[in-house]
Amino acid sequence: MTYMTDRKRAEGNGSAKSGTMHHWHMMVSSVALVILLPIFIFQFGATLGGSYAEVIAYYSRPVPAAIAALTMLVTFYHFRGGVQTLIEDYVHGLARKVLIIAMICLSYGAAAFGVIAILRLAL
Amino acid sequence: MVQLTLPKNSRMVTGKTWPKPEGATNLRKVQIYRWNPDDGKNPSLDTYFVDLDTCGPMILDALIKIKNEIDPTLTFRRSCREGICGSCAMNIDGINTLACIYGLDEVAGDVKIYPLPHMPVVKDLIPDLTHFYAQHASIMPWLETKSNTPAKEWKQSIEDREKLDGLYECVMCACCSTSCPSYWWNGDRYLGPAALLHAYRWIVDSRDEATGERLDDLDDPFKLYRCHTIMNCAKTCPKGLNPAKAIASIKKKMVERVV
Repeated sequence: MTYMTDRKRAEGNGSAKSGTMHHWHMMVSSVALVILLPIFIFQFGATLGGSYAEVIAYYSRPVPAAIAALTMLVTFYHFRGGVQTLIEDYVHGLARKVLIIAMICLSYGAAAFGVIAILRLAL
Repeated sequence: MVQLTLPKNSRMVTGKTWPKPEGATNLRKVQIYRWNPDDGKNPSLDTYFVDLDTCGPMILDALIKIKNEIDPTLTFRRSCREGICGSCAMNIDGINTLACIYGLDEVAGDVKIYPLPHMPVVKDLIPDLTHFYAQHASIMPWLETKSNTPAKEWKQSIEDREKLDGLYECVMCACCSTSCPSYWWNGDRYLGPAALLHAYRWIVDSRDEATGERLDDLDDPFKLYRCHTIMNCAKTCPKGLNPAKAIASIKKKMVERVV
């Protein structure tokens, strides 16, 4: 119980003066994924059923390797932003902060593993 | 954490079924949420029967008839009965709308009436809108100027005036904000569609000189960016406005400042 005015409760801590860049980055990464994902799926499909040597040879070429690496990076960057928003929507308090940190570690970890795997194929 | 079930003392129980009016042949069953803060009981759904032959065509007519002729303890807000004051906003047949401009014939089957969702209830169909109004006040809903001139009327072109169409008509009934899941889960910090529509009404006003400050105040992950374009606000608005579009326009202006 606090004797706070309605206006003070509505104002809260004021504006964080941030949020727009997060919104803009989500828009940019969405557009990037609209372009990257179909190319990635098309290229991935082209190697499906191929032998190990054929797949290595395909991903040794710079364009498929670059597309695959970019897809990994942008996907998990976008995933990080999206899931952060989701957690902020539904979870409150300390659990919110813990989950956001865990999700950021998971996203960047997954992106790192993806890129390393592609590098091993490419180099 | 988001709450998916009601607290024990908010769970609905079956309420009283009031007797049918004698001699009436054209009856309509109306079920209404009842809760009295003074009796310590859980909310209930009371059943009334309204004689349509002696009742006006709107939901509000039925409510007034019930209050006048059947149960004077039924509590609800109403004033203008023509969709201008926004007082009689409630959830009718699953839709947030104004009882005075929603026809009984627009509801198929029994008429079910609840208060606006996810707001504290004062009594029966009256939600507590204190926080909603304070959020509206926080966006500075007035013309903010810095210039001293002109000392008389500030003119506006026809084109600039047209930018306010679809915004100034809002009657602050709270139908949109209380239909928004983001407002349900984070209404303490998210301003909600109604306050943001009003914020945009002043941002886009050609005479207002505080655009930067207004945008600064809204640049926040919770105040503005909880809107995920769910569009419930636009779907439910009894005045046919589109708060989601106004919010998208604010986001566009925000991006224009940084890119």
